[in-house]
Amino acid sequence: MAEQTQAFTIEQFYKHILQRKLMGAKCKKCGKVYLPPRPLCGSCFSKEFEWIELSPKGKLLTYTVIHVAPSQFQGMAPYAVGIVQLENGVKIPGMIRASPENIKIGMQLTMDFGTCAATQQWPQWPRYFFKPA
Amino acid sequence: MKGKPLVSIVSAGLSKFGKLEGLYAREIFAEAAKEAFDRCPKLDPKKDIQALFVGHMGESYEHQGHTGATMADWAGLLHVPATRTEAACASSGAALRAAIYAVLSGLADVVMVGGVEKMTHRSTAEVTEYLAMASDYPFEQWHGITFPGLFALMATAHMHKYGTTEKQLATVAVKNHYHGSLNPKAHMQKEVTLENALSSRVIAWPLKLYDCSLITDGASCLILTKPELAKKYTDTPVHIIGSGQASDTIGLYERESFTSLTAARLAAKKAYEMADAKPEDIDVAEVHDCFTIAEIIAYEDLGFCKPGEGGQLVEKGETKLGGRLPVNTSGGLKAKGHPVGATGTGQAYEIFLQLTGQADKRQVKNAEIGLTHNVGGSGATATIHIYRRG
Repeated sequence: MAEQTQAFTIEQFYKHILQRKLMGAKCKKCGKVYLPPRPLCGSCFSKEFEWIELSPKGKLLTYTVIHVAPSQFQGMAPYAVGIVQLENGVKIPGMIRASPENIKIGMQLTMDFGTCAATQQWPQWPRYFFKPA
Repeated sequence: MKGKPLVSIVSAGLSKFGKLEGLYAREIFAEAAKEAFDRCPKLDPKKDIQALFVGHMGESYEHQGHTGATMADWAGLLHVPATRTEAACASSGAALRAAIYAVLSGLADVVMVGGVEKMTHRSTAEVTEYLAMASDYPFEQWHGITFPGLFALMATAHMHKYGTTEKQLATVAVKNHYHGSLNPKAHMQKEVTLENALSSRVIAWPLKLYDCSLITDGASCLILTKPELAKKYTDTPVHIIGSGQASDTIGLYERESFTSLTAARLAAKKAYEMADAKPEDIDVAEVHDCFTIAEIIAYEDLGFCKPGEGGQLVEKGETKLGGRLPVNTSGGLKAKGHPVGATGTGQAYEIFLQLTGQADKRQVKNAEIGLTHNVGGSGATATIHIYRRG
């Protein structure tokens, strides 16, 4: 499969996100799953990985509501961000599209996908976000 | 007597911390260096100092990199081997480790170590962006997570797990502003009330303006030597008896815990073992209160209290001047200010003053053992040092 030969990089992770797929890298030797993917397993030093599609569903571990935002996000503030533990156990941060008063630690969230930022500058990564499941 | 000296501090200097308009970082560093030289008349800087390590986080502030050589020149140390270290907010804590390596290796007998940052000429938006570089770009910054946002994520987790309150967070700010009011070099030398702290505007809930440290200009430095040479330079050296440093994932999200910094716990364990000391032995500590929650987590990671009890420790006044274990007598990053690169050795400067009886209105009586806790980013670097009066 062509996909199996794709480099296990952050760039490739975001290419998958553009295709609305949440993909992690699984070490073929020790089985550890990386999100984001890495080219070298930090547990067993293997360079052999395979892509696995992860469930976009998970549980909110912690969150905050950002009021003072970086310039490019100022139009969205205040907005919530949190860290979500996906069903397979890996953790990933992201924006949460829900009103802050409805956000609670432990709530079930699911990942949705945005579009690629319309810019010629690096990086041209799309954004994902979370919404109540 | 605890702990064998690794190296000895024979002098220390600190610039005024604050909004130092019209100055460039190198000029601020020269002010700190001058104080260290004046404090140690037996030191001949040009002849004696054999290396400089300087912590500095960002080239963006002044469009200026290559900080090691520049600071060496402006401190009057032209041609010494000079190296800049970068570990975000722990840049000069890392410089201190490097300086200890240099002395212990035998390559240098006398070393200057310091740090510097000039920040206040930039807008808050620019500083926010530069500081965020200490966090993960592809998964944290890219998704709108600010630096205060990362510590807010820890605060929410701590509140949820242990019942820590916004009032307890604000109590850290009130305490450190009180300490800062006693420090003539602090950026903010005025007290704040609990009501003011709690009603200040929200930056990243649950953190408000008064939960955040200050954007500050400043520089700090120490002169280190081998313990056997210390008395050549001063009758009152301060020995470093324990040193620990550890790293962790750059992204907060990958860590095992959001209510404790693993790197700080590992570094503390090393430093305590090396110093043959326990948390109960510490008389005074400077901890990395970049945000109020960070000080509460620091108490727990350093063993000053059990996990989850940091909020109660500050609420009971145990870490205030006059309490069982005064923490951040300088005012901390919160009130003394946080010129990022200068913070680590700035903390050591305060401990040097405390252990040599020079801390004036904020002196902790009979302080013999001190500790510094310097954290980079959201906890990907931690350096802990333990000090004993010589």
